[in-house]
Amino acid sequence: MKRPQLERPALLEARAIQRLYGPGKGCEEIDFTLHQGEVLGIVGESGSGKSTLLRVLSGLEAPDRGQVVYHAGEAGSVGGSPGKDEALDLYAISEARRRALLRMEWGLVHQNPRDGLRLGVSAGANVGERLMALGQRHYGELRAAGQDWMGRVELDPARIDDAPQTFSGGMQQRLQIARTLVTQPRLVFMDEPTGGLDVSVQARLLDMLRTLTRELGLSVILVTHDLAVARLLAHRLMVMRRGRVVEAGLTDQILDDPQHPYTQLLVSSVLTP
Amino acid sequence: MNTAIDSGYNFAYLDEQTKRMIRRALLKAVAIPGYQVPFGGREMPMPYGWGTGGMQLTASVLGADDTLKVIDQGADDTTNAVSIRAFFERVAGVETTTATAQASVIQTRHRIPEKTLRADQILIFQVPIPEPLRFIEPSEEETRVMHALEEYGVMHVKLYEDIAHHGHIATTYAYPVKVDGRYVMDPSPIPKFDNPKLHMSEALMLFGAGREKRLYAIPPHTRVESLDFEDHPFEIQAWDEPCAICGATDSYLDEVIIDDQGARMFVCSDTDYCNSRSEEKA
Amino acid sequence: MTSPFLTARRLDKTFVLHAQGGQALPVMRGLDLSLSPGKCLVLAGRSGIGKSTLLKMVNGNYRVSGGQLTLHFEDGELELSALPAHAWHLLRRDVIGYVSQFLRVVPRVSAREVVMEPLLARGCDVSEARARAEALLARLNLPERLWELAPGTFSGGEQQRVNIARGFIAEHPLLLLDEPTASLDAANREVVVQLIEEAKARGTAMLGIFHDEEVRERVADRLLELEGHMLLGGTDADRTASDHTSFRQTDSGESLS
Repeated sequence: MKRPQLERPALLEARAIQRLYGPGKGCEEIDFTLHQGEVLGIVGESGSGKSTLLRVLSGLEAPDRGQVVYHAGEAGSVGGSPGKDEALDLYAISEARRRALLRMEWGLVHQNPRDGLRLGVSAGANVGERLMALGQRHYGELRAAGQDWMGRVELDPARIDDAPQTFSGGMQQRLQIARTLVTQPRLVFMDEPTGGLDVSVQARLLDMLRTLTRELGLSVILVTHDLAVARLLAHRLMVMRRGRVVEAGLTDQILDDPQHPYTQLLVSSVLTP
Repeated sequence: MNTAIDSGYNFAYLDEQTKRMIRRALLKAVAIPGYQVPFGGREMPMPYGWGTGGMQLTASVLGADDTLKVIDQGADDTTNAVSIRAFFERVAGVETTTATAQASVIQTRHRIPEKTLRADQILIFQVPIPEPLRFIEPSEEETRVMHALEEYGVMHVKLYEDIAHHGHIATTYAYPVKVDGRYVMDPSPIPKFDNPKLHMSEALMLFGAGREKRLYAIPPHTRVESLDFEDHPFEIQAWDEPCAICGATDSYLDEVIIDDQGARMFVCSDTDYCNSRSEEKA
Repeated sequence: MTSPFLTARRLDKTFVLHAQGGQALPVMRGLDLSLSPGKCLVLAGRSGIGKSTLLKMVNGNYRVSGGQLTLHFEDGELELSALPAHAWHLLRRDVIGYVSQFLRVVPRVSAREVVMEPLLARGCDVSEARARAEALLARLNLPERLWELAPGTFSGGEQQRVNIARGFIAEHPLLLLDEPTASLDAANREVVVQLIEEAKARGTAMLGIFHDEEVRERVADRLLELEGHMLLGGTDADRTASDHTSFRQTDSGESLS
């Protein structure tokens, strides 16, 4: 048997990122590479800086120092040349290009679906918006895509014209995911996607996210404080504490054989019924 | 110049510096069709909502030899139109008219005259809300960025909602347009019936929003497309019957209740158009 | 003898327990092993000696503290103790399969899908994955009415059969077997023995733990005596080590909090 190909092209790199609001508040000395098809979990308690880091990585907040480098350049990439890797420094490119990236190649799933949905318009319009932003101008096709995606996230396609307000929290979260994934982004950021949901609803959502991630070959950066969620979804973990990464590695390794005192404490604090 | 009938005011009410400032903003607006240019709006001797934006533009472009026409919903004889016309008669002493063909400057609220405008005419619109993206994005800072980056996907969200809920695009006035393939613009609350008249017009079209201190323009011969979907193309209103007075079948009709039994008729909203057709026939 | 596929050289494992004042807990010292394709190496040693530790090191769940753990391919070696984290999930997808003692139950995922997943992860066609999953489940005598259900409510033996099907379906070149027959009846044990023999015939290298002596006798090509390497074998200290590892959820049913 030949050596398997274990290297995938890099998709996103964090290089010495720092974003501090005060000593220990925010994040610093962040370095990592996300490869294509990988699901990277960022875990830590509230205040550990994981949400700040996600904002910096996802183009919403410029770091004080360091770079976020996105490897564009595949065919269809915004402004990229086909078949050529092009490393884009996220905060050095124009705002126009950065926003185009966010809109077309990236997706962001907020913890609170109300932050990621347009509550004033129907479910179908929510799902169709990114397609319309990409220039889709055929109502019938937009509607078909809306119904297809509602089905994929296990929402009743017959409710396509209902307002998101009439949906439960779990349904709103699934709608947000459909709205984000409809354009088949290369990279998706998720901020506590199962937070605030009932346990039974969480399970359903997790299963769905696992399946969609596999089917679409998504690369994902997932922020969560829930180690069970991390175990289920993430290939790799970074453990954050007081703004720094204290340990990083294979998910099973972090959870089964934690090295850092804080990780050991974190992992051993989880109840196992 | 400056032969105002009421000698207590400068010609056309505004001082010359203000007019110059507004003209500079207008030049910018003409240079960037559909782009909203901020300007230092002045207090006018009437409340916001009565056409203060349009009046400041009119005051800035008006010359002593101009002939002014003012319409409100197509009519020359409504309170708003009469007041504004009287105002400029008093502070500028210019000729006024109700005949579209004879006017060199036309200030309008909510209509474009039926008679095709010429290159030597200027149409000035009164605009309540200049920002077409506001219904979906309340932040002015954000909408400016969206314009700058041509992020106009949300405009179709509104049209999508129309079709989803009504089976067709139910927006009938202030129907959004794209100007010269670049800026999405609110054409002010004209009926969508008038949208095609914006396209490749001979006349210069200026838009003024007094409360929000924004002005914008469509220069002559500019492409103006109404937004739509491939399978739900833009359509204008149509009526089953002609105008009850002049028999026109090509004009925008108002529904008028004529007695207390609910009887109604449809007549031209453009009074000058209707009158001149009736006179021709007589 | 064919050249080995997996080798361990002077392998060490030490846990450092920071909650207990940074106490270092050496559990394995100087372990050597060599495993060839088509062979089944069975770990021998008293109950509780910590045999799974080695399997977990090979599977990447535990870090290697010292020594080398190496896969040998035709065109070169792959050193597992230095493998970057991002390479592991691809290695597990394509090379290393693991049948743990207990199934990690994912809520809502049906038994059939649990078994199909390793194939789907490689991009295998859904209908083919389904056919192969169903064939394996049928072979392991899992009643067809259970295929559609999530295994959370299954009995221990039923869960284990789902787990075995999941472990064998993707035909990894290296299989780690952690007591795959523990809760099975004689008939199903027999099926597992057959699966192992077929895997051997395919050239699969297997490293296993079998409590059942009869099964061990039948499948083992060689025994690896751990007694001299496992430093905490069966004493109170071993209990400390297993306490330390008790939060590890790989061996228990996954729960969502």
